[in-house]
Amino acid sequence: MSTTEVRPAHAGAEPVRRRRPELPSAVLGLGGLVVFAALLELLPRTGIVSADYFPPFSEMVRALVEAAGTDRFWAATAETVQAWGIGLGIALVAGIGLGLLIGSVELLRRFTASTIEFLRPVPSVALIPLAVLLLGLGLQSTLLLVVYASFWQILIQVVYGVQDVDPVARETARSYHLGRWARVRYLIWPTALPYVMTGVRLGAAVALILAVTAGLVGIGTGLGAEIALAQSSNAVPLVYGLVIFTGLLGVVVNLVARALERRTLAWHSSVRADVGG
Amino acid sequence: MTQPLLDVAGVQKTYTGSGRTVEAVRDLTFSVGDGELVCIVGPSGAGKTTLLKCIAGLLEPTAGTVTLAGARVDGPPEAMAVVFQEYGRSLYPWMTVEGNVELPLKQKKLDKARRRELVRDALEAVGLADVHSAYPWQLSGGMQQRVAIARAVAYEPKVLLMDEPFAAVDAQTRADLEDLIRSLWHKLGVTILFVTHDIDESVYLGQRVLVLSSSPTVIMEDLAIDLPDERTQLETRSSPRFAELRGHVYEQIQLAKHRKGDQHQRDEVTPARTAHGATVAAQHDS
Repeated sequence: MSTTEVRPAHAGAEPVRRRRPELPSAVLGLGGLVVFAALLELLPRTGIVSADYFPPFSEMVRALVEAAGTDRFWAATAETVQAWGIGLGIALVAGIGLGLLIGSVELLRRFTASTIEFLRPVPSVALIPLAVLLLGLGLQSTLLLVVYASFWQILIQVVYGVQDVDPVARETARSYHLGRWARVRYLIWPTALPYVMTGVRLGAAVALILAVTAGLVGIGTGLGAEIALAQSSNAVPLVYGLVIFTGLLGVVVNLVARALERRTLAWHSSVRADVGG
Repeated sequence: MTQPLLDVAGVQKTYTGSGRTVEAVRDLTFSVGDGELVCIVGPSGAGKTTLLKCIAGLLEPTAGTVTLAGARVDGPPEAMAVVFQEYGRSLYPWMTVEGNVELPLKQKKLDKARRRELVRDALEAVGLADVHSAYPWQLSGGMQQRVAIARAVAYEPKVLLMDEPFAAVDAQTRADLEDLIRSLWHKLGVTILFVTHDIDESVYLGQRVLVLSSSPTVIMEDLAIDLPDERTQLETRSSPRFAELRGHVYEQIQLAKHRKGDQHQRDEVTPARTAHGATVAAQHDS
């Protein structure tokens, strides 16, 4: 469905990388890609797999480049990105708002815990019939799926993040008379931020998956719909080309999320370089 | 002693857990005068932190009262600032040194200019005038604790509570910080209540040393430290009187380790200790 990588949830960003050992690993990574592309090229060309349903890599790329010259392609991309962006935005606002509330009120957290644990694992795609029934075909249905998928990722992270406030930091806030608002702004929110960023990264990835899926199953427009169309018109290289492109979108989303994480969490122990002991 | 600024009367704290209760603090009564520097020393697990939290209004005592300047403490009082042992957790890593020191002042509704002035003065007073835009975690442990002290100083409290603030720093840094506390105390005229497990530190710093028993805790002794006001690490610590006092407190702590609050009254006294205790008591009365 997608090549977007979903990483396991953890509080911080990736560990600090050193400058020197990074080079060989980057070269290796690039080498791996080249070998993979060469394999995709050679398998159909040598006849190990049938070129009818598995065209050589160069043809996939050519189909993609050709498509990229059309307005239709970019309109579809815009639609997918729009559904992704709006859906993720709604999930962010709702997830962060409710997460802060639920996380800070012990009673509310215990009251909602089992409900959340029940609703969270429901796969968003299982809601497709319901979405169509409720909202018909179109952007609204797509958004329902996108929001549902990314909302839980964000909510869970925020709820955990809010509870991670250090007892000493909390007592410091109390003894210096930080008011409710000041505590949220200067203590709770920064404490939860690493979790929020993880939630954003996971949510952004899964939102893209659902934005494409909605098009594939015919309730939305965009790249998913284009893939479905290419498939039904037997344009096999284009199908692969579009799949590669959605994968690239996923990579971009992930890179942006990680850059954002590094920027906002410069102070966090997973990003910073400690001096003191 | 002048009118007591801080009055601790019959404070008891019992923790109630699942099916069992632990009496951490049995019965503590003492008062601290305006401008005094009092050290509380006791064996580990003596409920020192519990006591300090009760005084700071962070923990409600099961019985007894804490009174600050005539008003009963039932939450963190405005006129008090606490320096915690765990500076790394007490300072907020997402804020700069300056931001950390300034944060409590924002709650005091002080205007920007006044806040800046207080922050600058406080950082200067702890010898960190040039690191204001650094983050706490970019500093050494000793410097981080200086930041926490600056934050407390900028808050302009009447009483400064310190909970084993130097327990996590190396010996060299510790000596410097002890001298910093003495000099801040002289300069600001603030009242300081300093909790420590380090006997030498309590004697070196304090005007008075309160010796706690093991848990459930009572005060075993209220000892006046008659060392000269001008103290230096080298001279004061090598003076015979310092050795006497620390020896005396040491004995008390040794006794305290094996003695709980409920045994305090009826414990037999060794002849050696009586002799020493008498000389100390005589000086204490004078």
